[in-house]
Amino acid sequence: MDNRFRAKGWLYLLPAILFLGVFMVYPLVDVFVYSFEEGFNFANQSFFGTGSYNYSYVLRDPYFIQALKNTFIIVIITVPLSTLIALLISLGLSSIKPLRELFQTVFFLPYVTNTLAVGLVFMILFKKTEYSDGLINILIEFFGGKGVDFITGPYAAKMFVMCFYTIWVVLPFKILILTSALASVPKVYYSAAEVDGTRPFRVFYKITLPMISPMIFYLVITGFIGAFKAYSDEVALFGTDLNSAGMNTIVGYIYDMLYGNSGGYPSYASAAAIILFAIVLTITVINLMVSSRRR
Amino acid sequence: MKIVLKNLTKKFPNRNKKVGGDVIAVKDFDITIPDGMLVGLLGPSGCGKSTTLNLISGLEKPTEGQVFFGDTDVTKLPAQDRGVGLVFQSYALYPHLTVEQNIRFPLENLRGNAKLTKDEMRERVHKAAKLVQIDELMERRPSELSGGQQQRVAIARALVKVPKVLLLDEPLSNLDARLRLQTREEIRRIQRETNITTVFVTHDQDEAMSICDMIVVMKDGVMMQAGKPQEVYDDPVSLFVAKFLGTPPINVFEGKMKDGKLYVADDAVLASDDFRDERDVYVAVRPEGFIVSDDGPLVCKMGRIEVMGRDISIVSEHDALLNDTGLIRSITGSDVVMDSGKTEVRFKLKPNKVFVFDKETEERIRFGVTDGQ
Ligand SMILES: Nc1ncnc2c1ncn2[C@@H]1O[C@H](COP(=O)(O)OP(=O)(O)O)[C@@H](O)[C@H]1O
Ligand SMILES: [Mg+2]
Repeated sequence: MDNRFRAKGWLYLLPAILFLGVFMVYPLVDVFVYSFEEGFNFANQSFFGTGSYNYSYVLRDPYFIQALKNTFIIVIITVPLSTLIALLISLGLSSIKPLRELFQTVFFLPYVTNTLAVGLVFMILFKKTEYSDGLINILIEFFGGKGVDFITGPYAAKMFVMCFYTIWVVLPFKILILTSALASVPKVYYSAAEVDGTRPFRVFYKITLPMISPMIFYLVITGFIGAFKAYSDEVALFGTDLNSAGMNTIVGYIYDMLYGNSGGYPSYASAAAIILFAIVLTITVINLMVSSRRR
Repeated sequence: MKIVLKNLTKKFPNRNKKVGGDVIAVKDFDITIPDGMLVGLLGPSGCGKSTTLNLISGLEKPTEGQVFFGDTDVTKLPAQDRGVGLVFQSYALYPHLTVEQNIRFPLENLRGNAKLTKDEMRERVHKAAKLVQIDELMERRPSELSGGQQQRVAIARALVKVPKVLLLDEPLSNLDARLRLQTREEIRRIQRETNITTVFVTHDQDEAMSICDMIVVMKDGVMMQAGKPQEVYDDPVSLFVAKFLGTPPINVFEGKMKDGKLYVADDAVLASDDFRDERDVYVAVRPEGFIVSDDGPLVCKMGRIEVMGRDISIVSEHDALLNDTGLIRSITGSDVVMDSGKTEVRFKLKPNKVFVFDKETEERIRFGVTDGQ
């Protein structure tokens, strides 16, 4: 009985296992293998030898170092900041009654808008051209500041726009999750706190925050993973030649190694992919450990 | 602390826009609750009990009327300044805090002169926990407690600030039957020990009757009757109150007053000068109001006999009966010997266990008995 039951269970899982095996596990293993094969060539499936040369090449490649640095800066700035801003906006949304739905829609708009379209808008806002300095620069100059070229100018300016953009793009989803998390905290806890004369900040810190903390952890973890995999947002702002813009990310580097102008190096791409995988895995494990300790 | 409610009315805007108008949850509520009493607020679901409680606690503001604690008008006072302890139906224990932290929570809110030191807090928490007998469980989380234990923690949290008034909203409804019996005694004990004026909401009349000093029966937002449980039971003002109190429930018959007699169908069950006017009425008889008697006037079809230890319960039927079950339940002492072969059982009625109500208004028609049955 027990055995038959178990066999049935496996049978039901079979389609998913097959699917994941073919499209997830096999490619992963394959990439892992490629990353140790030197000078692998797709066309004739040949390689010179095996070893860790691919890794040492990638880790010494200045473009990769730049991509690594960019990715880390984006992750470290945008994940906490976007979560915090989303939390503040959600708190605001759940404490107002009139026009709440209108605001919710407005905040959700970027989510349903195409990344490239949003990127275009950002270009118009930030880019300096022969004809215009861009809206932001006009504003800066209006208030007596000195305009900068955010798209092709100094690194800090470009990074600022990049982070601004990333936060803007990830915000709607986080607001959506957090407003529903806030709405799902039973009202009776607030009634109890009210009878006991709890001050608003204490209500937030002692009741609301702990109650929605699982959702915050979820957002932080998925936020980290998403930010480490950033690529399309960079393309939307700075175009496809991210290396020369100095704004490449790890995934961008992998793509360039495969298909870019300087591409055709699947071995290097594989090594970089495995390095990214290791980083994301480590960060996620740390995150999970921190969140389970808190409980 | 004495609680006085004066013409208290609470209207909610109707959510159903099509219907329009307001929902009147509490209507013109007038009552004085003496100091140190355990009062049961009793009524069917949706009759406005919780709303009344929230008006006393200050979580809701009345549309009209006033609330007094002692001689002070607290109507405009926010909940936190009223000095009430509130126990919610779902307990509302903070799941991420331990039992101790939950009980301490209200104390940590105190500011200014009322602020307590760590040691004072520990002592107060310990005292409250001991009162409800959960001092062994201080390090647990609410999810690691049984329903009854959670209930005690909620009471301890409500008591730790030494409130002037303790309010409990259906505190027993989430417990299983055995625990309910035990916990209601516990609430009685705690109330006696602390002597805090306590309002206890329930839809279970048995609960209210057994532990309260005073019960208040509500229906559709209106107070129907208030008084000592036994008094209300023995002297209901309306059919609703009579039907609401008592287990097994009262037996209601369709009846008629005529020529100084009270009829149930064709059986003249009681006689009184007050039955002169001809009028259709409801005749309600408590289960203990039936006396088995071979020449009794009320003739019923025999059902079965249930022996319940000290008492026996005779189940019978009558055409004029209006009970939902269709069965008359009468309780007599076990000394009554019944011939189980009979198809008919005859009862005499105890006049003080019979209530007559007007058919239209369902209000009580009082009568004095003349022929000394
Ligand atoms: N916040 C509210 N908004 C609208 N109607 C309400 C609200 N609270 C209670 N009511 C209505 O008031 C009536 C009394 O409710 P309540 O006091 O909760 O009854 P009880 O506690 O006796 O079951 C019900 O008809 C309920 O639908
Ligand atoms: Mg209620």
